Amino acid sequence: MNTPLHSRASDQDFSACDRAALLHELAGILPGTALLADPEDLKPYECDGLTAYRQMPFAVTLPENETQVVAVLKACHRHGVPVVARGAGTGLSGGATPVDGGVILSLARLKHILRIDPLARTAVVQPGVRNLAISEAAAPLGLYYAPDPSSQIACTIGGNVAENSGGVHCLKYGLTVHNILKLRVALIDGTVVEVGSDALDAPGYDLLAVLIGSEGMLAVVLEATVKLTPKPQIAKVVMASFDDMTRAGNAVADIIAAGIIPAGLEMMDKPATAAVEDFVHAGYDLEAEAILLAESDGTPEEVEEEIAAMKAVLEQAGARELRVSQSEAERLKFWAGRKAAFPAVGRITPDYLCMDGTIPRKHLAHVLIRIGELAQQYGLRCANVFHAGDGNLHPLIMFDANVPGEVERATEFGARILELSVDVGGTITGEHGVGIEKVGQMCVQFSPEELAAFHALKAAFDPQGLLNPGKAVPTPRRCSEYRLTGSARETK
Amino acid sequence: MSDLSEQFIERIKSANAPLCIRGSGSKDFHGNTPRGDVLETAGHTGIVAYEPTELFITARCGTPLAEIEAALNEKGQCLPFEPPRFAADSTVGGMVAAGLSGPRRASAGSVRDYVLGVKLIDGQARELAFGGQVMKNVAGYDVSRLIAGSLGTLGLITAVSLKVLPQPVAETTLRFEMNQGEALDQLNRWAGQPLPIVASCWENGVLTLRLAGARAAVEAAQLKLGAGETAPDGFWNDLRDQRLPFFAVETLWRLSVPSLAPRLDLPGEQLIEWGGALRWLSSDAAPETIRAAAAAVGGSATLYRAPPGLKAQVGTFAPLSAPLMTLHRNLKVAFDPQGIFNPGRMYPDF
Ligand SMILES: Cc1cc2nc3c(=O)[nH]c(=O)nc-3n(C[C@H](O)[C@H](O)[C@H](O)COP(=O)(O)OP(=O)(O)OC[C@H]3O[C@@H](n4cnc5c(N)ncnc54)[C@H](O)[C@@H]3O)c2cc1C
Repeated sequence: MNTPLHSRASDQDFSACDRAALLHELAGILPGTALLADPEDLKPYECDGLTAYRQMPFAVTLPENETQVVAVLKACHRHGVPVVARGAGTGLSGGATPVDGGVILSLARLKHILRIDPLARTAVVQPGVRNLAISEAAAPLGLYYAPDPSSQIACTIGGNVAENSGGVHCLKYGLTVHNILKLRVALIDGTVVEVGSDALDAPGYDLLAVLIGSEGMLAVVLEATVKLTPKPQIAKVVMASFDDMTRAGNAVADIIAAGIIPAGLEMMDKPATAAVEDFVHAGYDLEAEAILLAESDGTPEEVEEEIAAMKAVLEQAGARELRVSQSEAERLKFWAGRKAAFPAVGRITPDYLCMDGTIPRKHLAHVLIRIGELAQQYGLRCANVFHAGDGNLHPLIMFDANVPGEVERATEFGARILELSVDVGGTITGEHGVGIEKVGQMCVQFSPEELAAFHALKAAFDPQGLLNPGKAVPTPRRCSEYRLTGSARETK
Repeated sequence: MSDLSEQFIERIKSANAPLCIRGSGSKDFHGNTPRGDVLETAGHTGIVAYEPTELFITARCGTPLAEIEAALNEKGQCLPFEPPRFAADSTVGGMVAAGLSGPRRASAGSVRDYVLGVKLIDGQARELAFGGQVMKNVAGYDVSRLIAGSLGTLGLITAVSLKVLPQPVAETTLRFEMNQGEALDQLNRWAGQPLPIVASCWENGVLTLRLAGARAAVEAAQLKLGAGETAPDGFWNDLRDQRLPFFAVETLWRLSVPSLAPRLDLPGEQLIEWGGALRWLSSDAAPETIRAAAAAVGGSATLYRAPPGLKAQVGTFAPLSAPLMTLHRNLKVAFDPQGIFNPGRMYPDF
């Protein structure tokens, strides 16, 4: 990419700290291979999954255990140097993008599954454990970890907690926040605290709820106790195609009105379907304007009953074609396309931006038509994948960063989509987080008083503002900038 | 339907003494003894929005829970966490502030799991909105879920949006004779299997199970578990609203423990819910003994119902570690710097 956007993430000034002394201290805490300071070694850490924004960190630390994590935090805290926690770096909003002059605290080497308790149906894992690794380890016990982001092969539980990640099954099984029982975290000054409990509730405020989705700005996750779910005996998926989006949107409402909460309920528009079909050959209907995937899981009897009910509703709703997976292999094939939607689109365009608004489902058709108009206006292509059950829309804006002006156009196009989501009563981010990407649109969704409350909450955990500064919650100054220019970002 | 938010804001702005936020007062017993001038919320009523196919309902804080449940029932939906209704006029604001969930909690989740958004007036009399009406929303810190169970100490909840779900298609209740140890063991084993057990209650040698879900699933499970006898009508509602004779005691402890915790050897009577994770205890054992027994198995003991003297003496909630208490105080200051709302209701420190 030619002209990445510079992430001038924070308004705070961290220039006065004694970085040489800090580096010296860090070298005393960490083994040689766990401290990186050469520009060449730092390069892979200059961005996360939001590659349009880049910033070189001052140093990268890769501690191997909790003692080292705490020591790194204490040292940075003492020197007043900002810290950005990092898992696998798959985040799509720039949550793990370094802060100028700051230290990256990678949790990737804390990757042990400490315990699995089959009877209690819990696993205790270190923050760097990959999402899928938990389900793989629990599989022999007939259990799995339910939240399944499409990035689950790579993303870490620490990152999932920080973003409150969802997946295609969260309509029925909940988000990360519904599947974490307890966290062991370190505050910026190195204090270790346990929140939540092995019981179903704990006395005091629900700090677990605040920490989950806090984008690494309140504390660093050291250990998570996650809930495991018994694996359903069987799952089947109905694939329905529709001639128009409105009808497909209504079909989703009809399923819910019929009293059914499918295990997964996903939609793709025509451009998305074309991109994934080319990639995974799942046999999608390429003529359709929209494809709907509706899954049922449970006992064989339950699944028969629910699939039959969903088929009836979908037929009634005007589906042009209906297919039910006849085997586990076929079910996985139907899903493969949806799960690979981002990389599939990545193949047909040099660059793309993935948006993440949630909207009330009833506005789907209106929002998609408006996105189509915006695509024309900005001269860019856009494919849409949709967690239809819970209204979380992922428009994928395609662009070429080597063409002057396209990054800016794509970014602006994205900003308009987010504003549109807020206008119809939704939110700028359903599961990817605000990070640096949507910090400007926070000024659209929240009032100055609400933003002030967020800053106060942050200060309750991190009074000096050293943990991931400048992310997620804009300062009043940035909001005035955003209102003036329609963009809170600075281009290099 | 009536909107009193302006009045609330004025009242909070001009408050020069602590305020005690009160819905219907049905949960005055919960937490430490209420202090301060009473601010009644019961007049601020009305379902502001209910969209069954979007699976949410928004209501002002004074709306009776009964009104909300009636509206949901009409569309075949429900609040799956089954909050207890201590009085006919219990309000939805009080329900969220108290954060108490009922029989289905272990399978369906708790109040906070269903909170989508709140409107709040903070200690500086600012009206703030967090979260929203959509199911997935990670913009900003999750203040709405923090508010659930905060006992009105962070602000006055003026409105809440809750996720709702369809009522189960089929439901049945089974009863088994079993001692406590057997029941705990059995419940934990069943919970690891894909069975539609949504609620459980053990008391006095009898385990009562509720199965709910797709008709086929309930029937299959009933066969598998071996048909026990059924329970009397209204049993689950009596449990939910704590009207069973067991609850009619002066001093009642609520022990929230890992479901796997063995039988707790404490004097007195126990009633067990949530697959073993909630143990009600009516006992006159020393509070320290009870708290220590809960802590020893990784849980905590709340002095749920007790004469005011005892509550004042030992506190309703188990003490927090020093760093946790610091975070609590800091959060209190962030939302209510003058300490106006419900002082001491959760912990005497704030
Ligand atoms: C192809 C693709 C598909 C995706 N699909 C989904 C999807 O379906 N659903 C979804 O929700 N997301 C999805 N994502 C986004 C992303 O994978 C998730 O946000 C994921 O949770 C990030 O995890 P990570 O380990 O990569 O975290 P990172 O990107 O490294 O970090 C993300 C944030 O977490 C913080 N953080 C990381 N570790 C810790 C820790 N231990 N303590 C405190 N803070 C920490 C960081 O500071 C940062 O703010 C997708 C991304 C890609 C690239």
